[in-house]
Formats: sequence, C-alpha cells, structure tokens
Amino acid sequence: MSGRYLTGKVAGSLATLIFVVCFNFFLFRVVESDPVATLFRGRDLTQSQRAELTRQFGLDKSTGGQFVDYLKQTAQLNLGRSYTSNQPVWSEIKDKAGPTVALVGISAVFSAVLGVLLGIAAAWRRRTKADYSITGFSMATFSIPDFWLGMILLTVFAVGLGWLPTGGIEDPASTATGVPKLVDQAEHLFLPALTLTVAYLGEYALVMRSSLLDTMREDYLVLARAKGLRDVLVRNRHAVPNALLPVVALLAINFGFVLAGAIAVEAIFSWPGLGLATYEAIKGPDLPMLQGLFLVFSAAMIFFNLVADLLYGYLDPRVREA
Amino acid sequence: MNAVAAPSPRRITWLRRRRAVGAAWREYRRHPAGMLGLGIIVVAVAMALAAPLLADGDGLRAVNTTENPAWASPSEFGPLGTDNFGRSVMTQFIWGARISLLVGLAATVIAVVIGSVVGIVAGFFGGRIGGVLMRITEWFLVIPFLPLAIVLAAILGPSVENIILVIGITSWPQPARLIRAQVLTLRERDYVERSRALGASDWHLMTRHILPNVSPLILANTTLTVPVVILTEATLSFLGLGDPANASWGKMLDNAFEYGAVTLEAWWYFVPPGLGILLVALAFTLCGTALEEILDPRLRDRRA
Repeated sequence: MSGRYLTGKVAGSLATLIFVVCFNFFLFRVVESDPVATLFRGRDLTQSQRAELTRQFGLDKSTGGQFVDYLKQTAQLNLGRSYTSNQPVWSEIKDKAGPTVALVGISAVFSAVLGVLLGIAAAWRRRTKADYSITGFSMATFSIPDFWLGMILLTVFAVGLGWLPTGGIEDPASTATGVPKLVDQAEHLFLPALTLTVAYLGEYALVMRSSLLDTMREDYLVLARAKGLRDVLVRNRHAVPNALLPVVALLAINFGFVLAGAIAVEAIFSWPGLGLATYEAIKGPDLPMLQGLFLVFSAAMIFFNLVADLLYGYLDPRVREA
Repeated sequence: MNAVAAPSPRRITWLRRRRAVGAAWREYRRHPAGMLGLGIIVVAVAMALAAPLLADGDGLRAVNTTENPAWASPSEFGPLGTDNFGRSVMTQFIWGARISLLVGLAATVIAVVIGSVVGIVAGFFGGRIGGVLMRITEWFLVIPFLPLAIVLAAILGPSVENIILVIGITSWPQPARLIRAQVLTLRERDYVERSRALGASDWHLMTRHILPNVSPLILANTTLTVPVVILTEATLSFLGLGDPANASWGKMLDNAFEYGAVTLEAWWYFVPPGLGILLVALAFTLCGTALEEILDPRLRDRRA
C-alpha cells in the first residue's frame, strides 16, 4: 500500500478525532449553564462555597480559557467525575470497557460471518424458495428493534423456560474459577450476543447478496465457467472474493450500529458494560459520564473507520490509487 | 402562434412528468413485495388517523383507568389486556401509532431536505464549497449517530418536537452523500452544458435540471430512511428520552420494561408495540427496495 494513501487516511482520522473533541466541548457547554448547581442539586451552598467550587471547576475563566483547560485535561484522559458514583469518568469507562468489547466484538464477528454466508447462499440460489426466505428473513431482522428482540428472547428463554440466566455477566453467588467460571460467563453472554447478532446480520446478507449478483454477471465468471471449473470453485475462488469488497466497506458502519445497539441491549440484560453505563447516565442524568462515553464511542468509531479504509485500500488497488 | 396547437413548454414538461409517474406506478403495481409494504403503510396510517374513533384517548391517562385491573391478560380484559396502571394496551397501541409515524415521517423529511440541499450544492459546485461540505458530511458520518442523538435529546429534553429535531439533524449525512454522487454525474450531461451555454443561472440549473433528475433517487432514499428513523425513535424512547405525555410504540416498550413486564411475562404489553415497529419499518423497507429496483434499470433483472 502506498505511503501516501496510509498517511492521508491516518491524518484524516486524526482531524476527525480533533473535530469530535472540540464538538464535544461546545455540545455540553450548551447544556450546562451552571454545573455547580447541577452537581449540588438540592443542597444548600453558601456564597463562598459556591465561589470556591466555581473556581475549582475553572468556571470563572472565559470560554476560551475553559476550552484550553478542557483540551489539556482531555489529552491527559481526565474526563471529570461522574455525578452518580463520584469516581473519575475515565476509570469508570476503563472498568466497563471489557464486557462491551467482548459483547460487541463477538456479535460483530458473528453477524458479519453469518450474514455473508446467508447472502452467498441466497445469491447462488436466486429466485428459489431459499433465496426468498433468506431475503425476507434478512429484511425482517433489519427492521426489528434490537432491544425488543432482546426482551422476547429474555422472556422466552430466561424467564419462561429458565434455560439461561436473566442478566448480569456472571452468577454473583458463585465462587467458581477457571473453566466453570468461563462457562458461567458464556451462559450470561449468550442471549445478548444472540440478540445483537440476529439484529445486525440482515444488512450483511442483503449487501452480500446484491454484490454477488452483480459479480456473477462479470465476464471473468463466464470465462471461469467456460473453462469447465466446478460450480463450487467458480463461486469460492472467483465470485466471492470480489463480491466481498462492499461488505468490507460495511464493516465499519455496522460496527457503529452494533455498538449503538449494545446500549439498549446491555440495559435489557443488565450486561455491565458501557451500554448499561450510558443507559444509567441518561436516567441520572449524569452529564460528565455521558460526555466521556460519547467521546469513547466516537473514538472507537473513528478507529474502526480507519481500519476499514486501510483494509479496503489493501484489498482493492483501485481505491488507493484514486 | 396558436396556444392550443402549441402548448407551453411548461405544459409539455408537466405532461411528460405525469406520464413518467404513471409508468412508474404501473411498474410498481407488478411488484408484490412493494405492494405488500404499501398495504401495511396504508393500514398503519389509517389506524393512526382514525385513532380518536377507534379508542377513547382518555384511556391513556392512568387517573381514568383506576377501575380496571392491572396486568390483566388479553383473556381477562379487552383485546390486548392492560398495563401496570390498568390502561388498555390496545388503546395505547392505536394512539402510539400516531406518534411513531409522525416522528418517523417528520424527521425523515428534515433529514432528506438537509441531505438533498447539501448533496446538490456539494455535487453541483464541487471545488472548495463542495470539498468543505463533504468534509462536514464525513465528520457527521463518523460520529456515532445514536450516542450523538442521545446526547442531543438529553440536552434538549423529552418532547415529540425535540425527538423529531434530533433525529432529523443527525440523519442527513447518508442521503447527502448518495445524492451528491448522483449530482456529480448529472452535472456533466450535455443538456446541463447546453442550458449553461444558453445563459442559465446556477439556480436555474440546480432547480430545473438537477433537482428533477435526482428526485427519483430522493424518493427512494426517503422511503429507505423512514425505517431507520422509526427504529431510532424507538431506541431513544426506550432509553427514556421519549415524550411521556405522547407515548409512541418505543415509549410503550420503555414503560413495559421499566415496570417489569418481562419478569411478569406480561407479553401482551410489549409484543404489540414491537411488532408494530417491525411491521412498519419492514413495510417502508419493502417499498423503498421496490422503488429502487423500478427506478434503477440496472437492478431490474435482479428482482427477488
């Protein structure tokens, strides 16, 4: 890959990150005219206490001065303190990132793989019953509210049938370690991961299907068949690799959707990650927490867009030379 | 010159467009999935408009339903049972359709109008103006859309107008990018060149030549934006950012979850609103896909 393409993409992502950081400052500045009052809601403050707190928060400075302070603190990962737990926002986020990475990572991978396989199956059998069922199923999952699917699965499999735990990341009463602990966590992960996987595989299936149908009209596929290659070889060696390109472009966008979907789905299954933290920060409302979460979600999105861009440039030479 | 024998150019254009719409409709009618989607939309809109006739709006307020049993199942009360306050789920479902559809359509209109203006201007002028506009669009594409909407909704406070505004101003970048790509190819067409040579202004070119030619794309894109907007509204409402006084289907799901319908296995409270969202979103997806296939001849022989 050419160095220019790489540096261009990295610089673009950095610019976007800076934009988000600045945007974040002004977005929340609009809301919070008086953070001291919000933070000490319902408590009596003397005039001097008030003035002291205002100074501590740096609110006596001009907007420009506050902005410089904000940039410095953000660069040092000082995102302020949560209103509800009074812990630094960054340490809260660090604690809760693990479960979300696991849930979103597994769901994003499974939805992409299953979606692509379904798309291939549908395109290869186009205009058959299998194609119609897969397309219909994909459109339905594409239209399903993810958290509603979670509520149904929870009611049926956890509350009704009692096959799986109703929420959390592990059995709080259990003292198991090693393999039994992992099995316990996997049981807790199963329903939320299934919810997100099903809710987001539809788009992959639809994109893969139409991309493969386009590819199947190309001359080189006619040639591959004319050479007498077996159907499976034509599909796996010639058609699928080329048809995968638009799917790669979809990876980053879909990652964002799975991440967003995790907010409500984590709330349904009390999965102790960033999504549940967002849900609780909204109910608070806990603005510093919300602000920190917004920054982290944005940074994750920017990073995955960059990865997808670089991957795309690597796979398709036409992109990096354009 | 005889006005009857030689109709004005405006009238010719009008007739030509009407013929094109008629042809597209004949094509659409042969599309079973598209007709199914249209059917569902017609039923849902009719139900929303007729809500005051179908169910008494007073039943939405808990003070009026103290006589009713709480958490009554459908076999015990009315067609769909009651919620924790004894309110009929059927009444809430019918009235909720109004809010869900209103937000879905109004926010889509805002998003598509902003997206079309940005897309047309960026595509038509190119150069520096286009570059700056596309850079801004890309920024908004990368900012995760739901967290941004959450933050804005939390800032503005829960009301139907705010939800419409928030979803509208966070959903425009996708249409903008699509429309710009189309405008870039239209700009180079001979008839645009000819009109420019005859002295047409930028405004004339954009409104008389570019806009009519991108409007089929805008129509298909609008239809495909509605399901995304309806799902976003449901998620925002579920997260507690919906208008409590005007409950949408998403707000019903929020209430159901909040008051423990899942643990009580009171499926009648959360199955209908979720199914409503699913069906309406699916219907718009079916219509949008059908429109795309009709308007893009390249897709025609691929029809499912």
